[in-house]
Amino acid sequence: MPSTHYSIFSVLREALRGHTGWGPAWRDAEPKAEYDVVIVGGGGHGLATAYYLAKHYGPLSIAVVEKGWIGGGNVGRNTTIVRSNYLLPGNIPFYELSMKLWEGLEQDLNYNAMVSQRGVLNLYHSDAQRDAYARRGNAMRLHSVHADLLDQAAVRRMVPFLDFENARFPVQGGLLQRRGGTVRHDAVAWGYARGADRLGVDIIQNCEVKGFRREGGRVTGVETSRGTIGTKKIGMAVAGSSSRVAAMADLRLPIESHVLQAFVSESIKPFIDGVVTFGAGHFYISQSDKGGLVFGGDLDGYNSYAQRGNLPVVEDVLEGGMALMPRIGRVRLLRHWGGIMDMSMDGSPIIDTTPVEGLYLNAGWCYGGFKATPASGYCFAHLIARDEPHPVARAYRLDRFATGHAIDEKGMGPQPNLH
Amino acid sequence: MATADRRGNGRQPNRLETGGLIDRSLTLHFTFDGKTYVGHPGDTLASALLANGVRLTGRSFKYHRPRGILSAGSEEPNALVELRAGARREPNTKATVAELFDGLAAASQNRWPSLAFDLMSVNSLLSPIFVAGFYYKTFMWPAALWEKLYEPLIRRAAGLGRASDDSDPDTYEKATAFADVLVIGAGPTGLAAAQAAARTSARVILVDENAALGGRAIDDVAEIGGNPSHEWVKIVEAELDRNPEVRVLRRTTAFGCYDGSTYGAVERVSDHLARPGPGVPRQRLWRLVAKQVVLATGATERPLVFGNNDRPGVMLAGAVRTYINRFGVVPGRRVVVFTNNDYGATTVTDLTNAGAEVVALVDSRPQPTAEVQRLADTTGVRLISGVVTGALGRQTVSGARIRAHGGDTVELTCDLIAVSGGWNPNIQLTTHLGGRPVWDDRLCAFLPGALPPRMSVAGAAAGDLILDKSLAGGIAAGSAAATESGHKAVAVPVPASTAESDAITPLWRVAEPDGKAFVDQQNDVTAKDIELAEREGFRAVEHLKRYTTLGMATDQGRTANVNALAIMAEITGRSIPETGCTVARPPYTPVALGALAGHHRAKSFKPTRLPPSYRWAKEQGAVFVETGLWLRPSYFPRPGERDWLETVSREVTTVRNAVGICDVSTLGKVDIQGPDAATFLDRIYMNGLKTLAVGKARYGGMLREDGILMDDGTVARFGESHYFITTTTANAVKVVQHMEYCAQWLWPELDVQIVSATEQWAQYAVAGPKSRALLQKVVDPTFDISDAGFPYLGIGEITVGGIKARLFRLSFSGERAYEIGVPARYGDALIRRLMEAGAEFGVCAYGTEALGVMRIEKGHISGPELNGTTTPRDVGLGGMVSTKKDFVGHVLGKRPGLVDPDRPALIGFRPVDRSARLRSGAHFIARNATPTAENDEGYMTSVAYSPSNGHWIGLGLLKRGPERIGEIVRAVDPVRGADTLVEVVSPVFVDPEGGRVRG
Amino acid sequence: MRIACPHCGERSLDEFLYSGDATVRRPDFASPTAMDEFIAYTFERTNPAGPHRELWYHAAGCHAWLVVTRNVATHAISSVEPARDVALAGKPETKDGA
Repeated sequence: MPSTHYSIFSVLREALRGHTGWGPAWRDAEPKAEYDVVIVGGGGHGLATAYYLAKHYGPLSIAVVEKGWIGGGNVGRNTTIVRSNYLLPGNIPFYELSMKLWEGLEQDLNYNAMVSQRGVLNLYHSDAQRDAYARRGNAMRLHSVHADLLDQAAVRRMVPFLDFENARFPVQGGLLQRRGGTVRHDAVAWGYARGADRLGVDIIQNCEVKGFRREGGRVTGVETSRGTIGTKKIGMAVAGSSSRVAAMADLRLPIESHVLQAFVSESIKPFIDGVVTFGAGHFYISQSDKGGLVFGGDLDGYNSYAQRGNLPVVEDVLEGGMALMPRIGRVRLLRHWGGIMDMSMDGSPIIDTTPVEGLYLNAGWCYGGFKATPASGYCFAHLIARDEPHPVARAYRLDRFATGHAIDEKGMGPQPNLH
Repeated sequence: MATADRRGNGRQPNRLETGGLIDRSLTLHFTFDGKTYVGHPGDTLASALLANGVRLTGRSFKYHRPRGILSAGSEEPNALVELRAGARREPNTKATVAELFDGLAAASQNRWPSLAFDLMSVNSLLSPIFVAGFYYKTFMWPAALWEKLYEPLIRRAAGLGRASDDSDPDTYEKATAFADVLVIGAGPTGLAAAQAAARTSARVILVDENAALGGRAIDDVAEIGGNPSHEWVKIVEAELDRNPEVRVLRRTTAFGCYDGSTYGAVERVSDHLARPGPGVPRQRLWRLVAKQVVLATGATERPLVFGNNDRPGVMLAGAVRTYINRFGVVPGRRVVVFTNNDYGATTVTDLTNAGAEVVALVDSRPQPTAEVQRLADTTGVRLISGVVTGALGRQTVSGARIRAHGGDTVELTCDLIAVSGGWNPNIQLTTHLGGRPVWDDRLCAFLPGALPPRMSVAGAAAGDLILDKSLAGGIAAGSAAATESGHKAVAVPVPASTAESDAITPLWRVAEPDGKAFVDQQNDVTAKDIELAEREGFRAVEHLKRYTTLGMATDQGRTANVNALAIMAEITGRSIPETGCTVARPPYTPVALGALAGHHRAKSFKPTRLPPSYRWAKEQGAVFVETGLWLRPSYFPRPGERDWLETVSREVTTVRNAVGICDVSTLGKVDIQGPDAATFLDRIYMNGLKTLAVGKARYGGMLREDGILMDDGTVARFGESHYFITTTTANAVKVVQHMEYCAQWLWPELDVQIVSATEQWAQYAVAGPKSRALLQKVVDPTFDISDAGFPYLGIGEITVGGIKARLFRLSFSGERAYEIGVPARYGDALIRRLMEAGAEFGVCAYGTEALGVMRIEKGHISGPELNGTTTPRDVGLGGMVSTKKDFVGHVLGKRPGLVDPDRPALIGFRPVDRSARLRSGAHFIARNATPTAENDEGYMTSVAYSPSNGHWIGLGLLKRGPERIGEIVRAVDPVRGADTLVEVVSPVFVDPEGGRVRG
Repeated sequence: MRIACPHCGERSLDEFLYSGDATVRRPDFASPTAMDEFIAYTFERTNPAGPHRELWYHAAGCHAWLVVTRNVATHAISSVEPARDVALAGKPETKDGA
């Protein structure tokens, strides 16, 4: 009999028989002619949506169609950080729901995604930055999300390896969210896929959407590279490619696609416990459970659908890194790569219906998508099932730009590469 | 340095008497795990260890199995060490690329207490549990134990070497170079390509990761052009070194291909020395920009997958030849050669010539080729048609178990198993821009697919493994690249070379191996792990990699990826192309983070901009603050003052009662001229400017197109078609960019020119009731600066001591005030002159703190209010916005969300308890409401202790703020533990009538 | 990436700042449908995965705004023109890029 439940006991049992009893983590499903709901995009958000739809709103027949292999987009290309240290009321409750879902994820999915709450520390280097972080920390506290404003001494105790002596922009303190941390990114996709599969969701890989079937202003199905699939509800969760897929339904979105690079060093003995974000340059860093320093910085800054960036940003990121922690100079960069971000016009996402009836949109995640995965799936499932927004995702409307209700955390305006 | 008196110390049991490119006349001493050994210049740490008979060099990542030296190059998965000590300690250095220097100290990693007796090798016993991905299936219960127990244990075991505990003491630098032809790799192909290109007089850059040029021309024994191949290398090298158009970068790895034919390369300038010389960097980052690129990166040999194929003493056949031929080291005395191709088989010749005994040549092919038969015949080596099923020996190889194709099994004693599974062309740089490799069935390897623009590939990297074809390919590619880059072709003959054979029949894994058969040695991924991944559905190449961690180690899977892919293909019954391909990401080999940062660290992280009065302010003992890139005086403490607050209050009081001077040169200054300048500015600013008279200034605000405030400042009109505007310090660059955008793109028909003058003018605010008296002593007397001649908001060109200057009657402080500007080079002189002239009036200099206090006292907005989310109405400037004209932001500023009367709007605050301190970032809650998000009504943007009022004051954005004057609300600040009752008051705390500015 | 500035020659990416889509043009504020037009102009993008007409600013050079035609899937640049020339040439060629 195959082992389906994951636990130390099943691992020990399988160890005795050479691990021959494990089955596929998810079925490689063939598309059926029709589903109640088709989710386009087998990334973290799409798989989470399918999982929560099946779990909370069933019985429904649900398919996830994925152009390549699941988890191949940004859920597999990010720097694994989770946090809910947002500023604006449109964002905090949503990301806090996500944090709460992360906190129970492994038991829910029976899959260890290594949710690791070792803290996220945002450094400040000036009085103005301190006050801005105080405002943010207070906003979080008013939403019952804990945050601590640390002075320099406290930061020094936490992360003694920063350059406190000779910095161009001396560290004055930081805003700490202790519940923030990291999650093993690939495992999130696999865990949701396995969870959804066990609830009957068909996960269909190598199935590219070619178009939407519409009758009288509402969807009737999707055309795919593996044939047409009938459905009355389609959920689009294809961040990075949202504009391209939306164009198949004649929609233009408030989104540009931009490349964000990510970096990992050779594996070294862990010395960085949590996530540290530089406040005077584009650099943030954590260290994985395998020992690699995982870090990143700013967008390359130009529209791109190529999953790679260029050398100036590589240099810019490492300049920040060496300015912040000059002891990493002799550690080596192992790989750098790029992911395609749905950069929205205000830096915040969209979870909404569209002018096409039956077509639902989950897009515009900028580089906040990974941490949002559980709540995004949860709220998108709610929207698709109920045709009304989940209360914590109410602000993520598509028409907010027209009405003047932008959710602009950074105050950068309609210039996507500045968010 | 190596010295003659040390010559001859130490025994190197595996060092050959002659041969190799090492200098036996000098002896270098080094230590490994504390034990002293000797080697020679030209050695790598690996070759020196092998010469000394050291075979065990490390432990594997997960199972802590003993590991030795597999390769002789940058693909090494096993022989990783911590090199050097203290602040220069560098983790995970490959012993195979670390050049030996006298005094080198290296230590093995990831073992405890010692390399030979590693207690962590208990993990090996648990290996039935620690299979690929086991951690996703467990450590989940109870949830609280993850962070408290499981993860700390995992993290303690994680990682290989240790980063230094101190700042890197060495320096790095960056350089850019341009070439007609960039040749990457200086093996036979690259040398031939560079030679051919250079002869056309093209500008050539040749890079190679090794210290010595030559690649396999120095690793193997061959003839080129009638010379031994290593002699041919010297001849070509000399020719290239003589050519002034050729730059040869040794010890330089081209690690990445980027857009625009830009290549990142890192030159290890000083890594072969104990420490860099004075003024010399450790490494140099090159950005190489080339019209044409020839990729001649050669190929990497694949290991074979059989039982215990990770034992120290199992070595790539090509590495064995390299150690013999380049380093004069024979890595084993009794050797089994195991190959699936003709080229690997030739190793028996090198071994035999080096005096080693080859106990068997095991060829996995059903029928050995004529070439192999010939080799066996000429060397007299026993040829076995079969496979090695397992290496024998606990810590190092002591024998090989061989299964002939007939089924007979034999165990042979040996101390080295030289393996060759074929070759992977080093095509990584062809894939960095998204090119997909193409499978070649004959070579059993991936070849370059679509190439980056302006790149060609030659030699082994293009699949031409044999010498003759490599040389021809190199010459053709070098010539073509030179021609493409605009140079006239020069015919270069292909030199004759030794005949070779590259015949191969794939063997991806040995069936029924005796022991664990490793595919990725560093990450401990076995063939069985690949089977498990397949069973669990992780069949896509990327799933396989991510699930098993295959190819993710510091060797980037260079010896693992293709074997793994082929095994997955075998298991699933698909072809290799159907299974997928592996695409590399930069860097080609790991690059020190310090090199990518260059000199941009510590104080040099970013440039420092110094205002014109910097030197003077420094002399006064000013305390400075970083304002963007500027370093501005924050305040000017005087002896006896207890703290900053006392100093700042004194400066404010002096301005309000006498006169003070502040360097405001950091404000953005833009000169705008042209017949359409007036029209242009009218479209940029939200308020009307058409009525601004010559000789006058006006406050102005500009919006983004979405109706949000972008910046504010003053607009001065010096002539009909000449304006001079100021911006905030923070937005100086952004405003110029915006204006250029408007002038060039939105309204190109307007005749207007824009030039930034921020750096060109030193500008000082002279503020306070006695400011005019002071200025009258400074401004040349021909200019009338009386109130009649120079009223509030008047401006004019003046002279100061005959120097051309500008005077503006503007006030940020709320007092009678002027700004006086001189060309920046007179800035230092002017501050001294102003202070001297002001002495009789009790003048003081004031910094950004006092500036901030006074603007808050006057309710003027600044950075915290101009935060990119506020409208003019939000900050009390709604009345300024023109309703008639077109200007940027006009239309979208009318969107409902931006005109909602419930939006927080600017208002003043003072503590009910006047002794209470206020803090920016506190949120406003109605007095009787509970502090929750639902009751959040805005936040405090700016606070100051007002000496004029004798208590703290604040500005803030409060829901319907201006309607609530007199109301008492809570300013809650939970992150700092404060909850203060504040009264809503006018945002103007000083001189609300505004009489003082007019004098 | 390197951009051939018509005034300065080919320069490295880090000298330039990017602003975005050059196919959207600022509407007439007096149009009766100005609000809708400005919303589309400011917020809605075709964002194609191929050739893209886009605005760059030679910030560390001559301060020229440039219209660059670049394939955003490959980053290959096919033309660089002074934005002023493009703007003066009248309305954009096509709404969806070159």
